[in-house]
Amino acid sequence: MQMQRALAPPRVAIYNRPKFRAVFYQFALLAALVWLGYEFALNAKANLDAQKITSGFGFLENTAGFAVNQSLIPYNESDTYGRLFVVGLLNTLLVAGIGIVLATILGFAIGIARLSRNWLLARLAGGYVELIRNLPLLFQILFWYLAVLGTLPPPRQSISLFGEVFLNNRGIIVPAPAAGSGAGLVLAVFAASVAATLALRVWVRRLQVRTGRQMPLVWPCLALLIVPALIALIATGWPIRFEAPELRGFNFVGGIRLLPEFVALLVALTTYTAAFIAEIVRAGLLAVPRGQSEAASALGLRGGLTLRLIVLPQALRVIIPPLTNQYLNLTKNSSLAVAVGYPDLFAVFAGTTLHQTGQAIEIIAMTMAVYLAISLITSGLMNWYNAHIRIAER
Amino acid sequence: MPVASQQSYIRRALLEPEPPPVASGDVLALTRARLFGGVFNTALTLLGAVIVVALVWPTVKFLFIDAVWTGSSRLDCLPQTLGREVGACWPFIGAKFSQFMYGFYPASEQWRVDLTYALGAVLLVPLLIPSAPGKALNAVVFFGVFPVVAFFLLIGDAFGLPHVETRVWGGLLVTLVISFTGIIFSLPLGVLLALGRRSEFPVVRTACVIFIEFWRGVPLITVLFFATYMLPFFLPSDWRIDGLARVLVGVVLFAAAYMAEVVRGGLQAIPRGQFEGAMALGLGYWRMMALVILPQALRLVIPGIVNSFIALFKDTTLVLIVAIFDLLGQLRAAFADPSWATPVTLFTGFAFAGAIYFVGSFGMSRYALFVERRLNTGRLR
Repeated sequence: MQMQRALAPPRVAIYNRPKFRAVFYQFALLAALVWLGYEFALNAKANLDAQKITSGFGFLENTAGFAVNQSLIPYNESDTYGRLFVVGLLNTLLVAGIGIVLATILGFAIGIARLSRNWLLARLAGGYVELIRNLPLLFQILFWYLAVLGTLPPPRQSISLFGEVFLNNRGIIVPAPAAGSGAGLVLAVFAASVAATLALRVWVRRLQVRTGRQMPLVWPCLALLIVPALIALIATGWPIRFEAPELRGFNFVGGIRLLPEFVALLVALTTYTAAFIAEIVRAGLLAVPRGQSEAASALGLRGGLTLRLIVLPQALRVIIPPLTNQYLNLTKNSSLAVAVGYPDLFAVFAGTTLHQTGQAIEIIAMTMAVYLAISLITSGLMNWYNAHIRIAER
Repeated sequence: MPVASQQSYIRRALLEPEPPPVASGDVLALTRARLFGGVFNTALTLLGAVIVVALVWPTVKFLFIDAVWTGSSRLDCLPQTLGREVGACWPFIGAKFSQFMYGFYPASEQWRVDLTYALGAVLLVPLLIPSAPGKALNAVVFFGVFPVVAFFLLIGDAFGLPHVETRVWGGLLVTLVISFTGIIFSLPLGVLLALGRRSEFPVVRTACVIFIEFWRGVPLITVLFFATYMLPFFLPSDWRIDGLARVLVGVVLFAAAYMAEVVRGGLQAIPRGQFEGAMALGLGYWRMMALVILPQALRLVIPGIVNSFIALFKDTTLVLIVAIFDLLGQLRAAFADPSWATPVTLFTGFAFAGAIYFVGSFGMSRYALFVERRLNTGRLR
């Protein structure tokens, strides 16, 4: 009898029971959040009424009435704010896409250079990373825009690179590709060569797996890619050419003009993100134990093959998650375009459109939603990828 | 014939032995091997040398050798007046120095800013030196008392000081105020958010996850716009919030979300046994966290925390987009002054501001490395 009483649960006041506390705290937090949201909504309604701003997304149908200096889709001043939103979004994706490709190339090169056995090269790469990482990105964007591109000469005194590319204070003018008759045939031949190259690769690999015989791959592939396309080009009379820009009067005719705003933003985003990518690549390569490359050498693999077949596949598992993070950062950082006037999503929408319409709530919410969606989609893909490449363990 | 020998990738003869490695004591031979061992290596060295000559030398020449050190107007920095190539125009920095440091803070009151800097430095330096005594008291004064004193010293309206509006603040003062405020508020807020994210209460957890992921998913500049243009709509119309304070709210919320993720990394690295041990000793949740878990978790993530601080320090430049003139904003404003317009003004200004930003960020990262090594001494065998 005495024993049983001792084992019975002790009586605790209701406010000290864990279950009650859990429910109470969560309910209190929920109530506070709901109250906060309600207050915000009430205030917003009162403030909007006082300033006579009609809320809602109707303004997207209105005429924007201002021009943008770069647009991937046809756009003019009489188009709507809705179309302007798309123009800005495409410009953001353009600079982010090109930036990601260039930053990856530069970042991998510098990351590998930092681990080079060449003392001078390793030091230079280290200096680059330290210098770029420790300066604010906006500082670098303004530096490229104001100090480097802004002090270039006017069009008539353009700096010419091989007579094809011209640098002046209105931007960088590069040759534009132009296709004549027969260009389609050349492209078709080239596409067929690419397909043949891939097929050759697969065949050579299968041959090695089956018989152990190795075939040279680089030279046949290069020949396969270049020779048929060259023959097709000559046969059709060289229909694909680059039209070099030409100075006529005060400006250039022909060629593609890259806006100084675009170039400054792209250069700054690329070099800045590349410094971070270099560190990620270095950490990833260092994370592969030395024994792996030593074992590869013992098996008779040369330096390049060791890197490609043994070290990189293992390093990529460490590199890719933070690398994606840097891609996201680059995309988000492209919103700094507003500081130099490149018409990205943020500059045309949260900048100019907000000042014209005063629809702060809708515009900032839409802008944030776009960036948020890009982030969430990327991190969702990343989680899937991580689960996919995880080393299978029992 | 055995099957294996038909396969071409099996070597039939032994390799010649490699030459012995270079003796590590011979500095000259080692250097030669590192720089000129092999054709490819030599080519890389030459490439590096070309880069050094093409970039580093002109920079040194511009900043020091060709630089103009004294002068009173743009005429002193023009190649036409000097009759030689002109490097950095340091008199420009001299003329704008007060603007870069204090913005338009009234000249007669600038001693208050200096005093605040001096107080901060006096309190910060012993905090950073590991062997200095009285860490607990020092930390309380620096993080608790100093911000209050600095607030009244800079704003005025107390100690008989005249009021100085934040609109006239600028330059390095604003950069440091935003960085410091961001740092002292984002760390505790970030710790709370990280604890909330690992809470066993689903409502708390969900609220924290949404909060953190939202701020981490959007660029800082949208947060600043949100704080500047959208926040006033959500608050009662009779609340007049200062422009600088709005930006501070945005910066703190943004930095706290990043800080929360850093702290969460530390919390996840603490073994379960630590939690269980603390509970077995009868500690409640808050005591367990404050006395057992957080001291270990925060120590693990010191590099991450300092990295967040560095990011915050660099990100303060973004406030110039919402018309608050920090160091970079003042620099941009100074470029627009026609009385100092020379071909070298821009490069001089960027060199000056760049040096300040670089010293700040690089100093922080080196200090973090130092602390990390010190804390790890017990683990390195």
